[in-house]
Amino acid sequence: MAEPILMIALSPTMEQGTIARWNKKEGDPVKSGDIICDVETDKATMEYECPEDGILLKIVVANGGKASVGQLIAVIGEKGENVDDLVKQFSTQALSPKHSKSKTAQQEDTKENDSESDVVSKQNAIHRPGGIVKASPLAKRIAKQHGYDLAAIAGTGPGGRIVKRDIESLLKKGSVVSGEASSPVSSTLVDEILPVSGMRKIIAQRLTESKYSAPHYYLKLSIDMGALIGARKALNKSINSTISLNAFLMKFTAEAIKRHPIINSTWKGDTIVKHGSIDIGLAVALPEGLITPIVRNCASKGIIEIDNELRMLIEKAQNNSLAQNEYNGATFTITNLGSYGIEDFTAIINPPGSAILAVGAIIKTPVVAESDELEIKQMMKVSLSSDHRVIDGAVGASFLKDLKDLIENPIRTLY
Amino acid sequence: MPEITYREALRQAIDEEMERDRTVFLLGEEVGEYNGAYKVSMGLLDKYGPERVLDTPITEEGFTGVGIGAACVGLRPIVEWMTFNFSIQALDQVLNNAAKLRHMSGGQFKVPIVFRGPNGPAEYLSSQHSQALQSMFAHIPGLLVVAPATPYDAKGLLKSAIRNDNPVVFLEAELMYAWKGHVPDEEYLIPIGKADIKRNGLDVTIVTYSKPLKIVLDAADILAQEDIDVEVVDLRSLRPIDEETIYKSVRKTNRCVVVDEAWPVCSVGSHVAWLVSKNCFDSLDAPVEVISSEDVPLPYNHRLELACQPSVEKVVKAVKKSLYME
Repeated sequence: MAEPILMIALSPTMEQGTIARWNKKEGDPVKSGDIICDVETDKATMEYECPEDGILLKIVVANGGKASVGQLIAVIGEKGENVDDLVKQFSTQALSPKHSKSKTAQQEDTKENDSESDVVSKQNAIHRPGGIVKASPLAKRIAKQHGYDLAAIAGTGPGGRIVKRDIESLLKKGSVVSGEASSPVSSTLVDEILPVSGMRKIIAQRLTESKYSAPHYYLKLSIDMGALIGARKALNKSINSTISLNAFLMKFTAEAIKRHPIINSTWKGDTIVKHGSIDIGLAVALPEGLITPIVRNCASKGIIEIDNELRMLIEKAQNNSLAQNEYNGATFTITNLGSYGIEDFTAIINPPGSAILAVGAIIKTPVVAESDELEIKQMMKVSLSSDHRVIDGAVGASFLKDLKDLIENPIRTLY
Repeated sequence: MPEITYREALRQAIDEEMERDRTVFLLGEEVGEYNGAYKVSMGLLDKYGPERVLDTPITEEGFTGVGIGAACVGLRPIVEWMTFNFSIQALDQVLNNAAKLRHMSGGQFKVPIVFRGPNGPAEYLSSQHSQALQSMFAHIPGLLVVAPATPYDAKGLLKSAIRNDNPVVFLEAELMYAWKGHVPDEEYLIPIGKADIKRNGLDVTIVTYSKPLKIVLDAADILAQEDIDVEVVDLRSLRPIDEETIYKSVRKTNRCVVVDEAWPVCSVGSHVAWLVSKNCFDSLDAPVEVISSEDVPLPYNHRLELACQPSVEKVVKAVKKSLYME
């Protein structure tokens, strides 16, 4: 079977690559792992590893040619196979948003990844042949202790290996002030310089990028939580367990998104990707930063199922053991500071999503009822931050209104 | 503390143990009338007589077997092999009897015996008589293997070996017999299985044993002139290996060079390198270096003979490599 070889995202921000050089000719046998070509990305020239064995049947994008992520660049298969159909098929669909989504979503999103070897620091990454960060085990350990991102450190060992002295020289630079600070008299008055951990760096980059590139606007309303609190109590009693409020919020949000699917989209510049699956991330605070474990496809899951997944993901998040696909690529995000008593706040959109829901505390509030009488209700304020490039004000507003209606009248979920 | 030779330290150990325990006796080629091929048993025949200092025929398998049999029935023989090159004749006795009888008899027999003699290359002896064969013995469960490098260690370890209820292979070296060192008059023992830090340092750990200790210490002196602070771990015992002492040192220095004059394949040195790589993985700043003899039969040509063995230059180079200095 002829297999398409597509341009993949070789750096986190890569949208398009230029074929610097083909290392194989048409008709050459290739093996999985061979470097079939070199690709110039926005940052550096990267090696493209062949994904399978076979014969390089056709080169679609020649030396110097550009290809967007997801576009066909070559075909691999068995000798004598006809590749025309495949090439034709790709020439019509190569750039369709649906196609590029699956390839870019995982590659692009390096959010909050603090493992030593594959952290890619967009600003500071040093080009290394093959993209591998070499470091001695000791250097890795010390870097982790001090929160250094290995990808941003130039190694002086053989083949660019990062060794102890490289980290020590960084520590020395960073400790000029803290050295003085060790004097017992002045210790409380002297500034402290903290190294920026890999996770913090990524949080900083992603949120800055989001806030600067996505035109944010904010919509707020209050939701009467009485019905949902009642439903939750009844459910908890019937299954003799405690389902988190966040699981309910995820489910109702997914139902509201179903009615306004554009909320579940990603801005791509030339295209907008409307995601098929509603993958909702929940912001979880960790001592060293935050992470957003994702419950995939919330629309087709029940509240209990969502709660079980959420529980498992939060536990993993707290043990730093989330897999990359468990926190990368949320199409919508919920952040809840209600437990701190925060009444109302606005959040920064978490890409690749185009909107984030900030949830405040549930507070007993006097509300003027339709009868003009005062009633005490359990109100919760939410605010929706949206990317205006994708979601217009009225769309965001009607989504938020539907979310409110669904939560206040849960039976409406069935309509 | 008197300064004596390695040879004299061994003699004292044997003499003191023979005097202390009537079941201890010495047998081997030329140990009696000739006072030992390397004069280790000087004077012992005169002192203890032919019943306890036995000259044997040139039959390693035979007299080694006699020793093992005697050990099984309650004596404590010391078998001297004129060199370890000849010990291979007796390997079946060591491997299949000495190392197995306690195990296969369910503990009914014990085998308190010492096999000792010079091991490793001397000079101008060509391939068959220049072999460092410790890897073969260290490979065998059921044996204890020791390789002291100083007169002090040699005396203390030989006394422990003689008193041990298991077969102990005791490796000396022809070129070490004349080495001198301080040895106290009063009695002392050195436990089997305990390494010794021969030099304290912070930058690199060199693990070695037996004769190469000297070149390692010389290399450490040269490196010290360049402000490289080497710690030297002398294993002393090859089976069991004192792993903790090695790990403690490597975890301090983050670098390890192993120097072993045996061939490199399946050697004590390569085993130590593996242990360190595995157990100190997160402490290592560089791959573990191994300096061994070249993987060839030792040439007779003296220049080549020396070139094949560990040297001060090779050790200095390996240390610098582990420090990424070359």
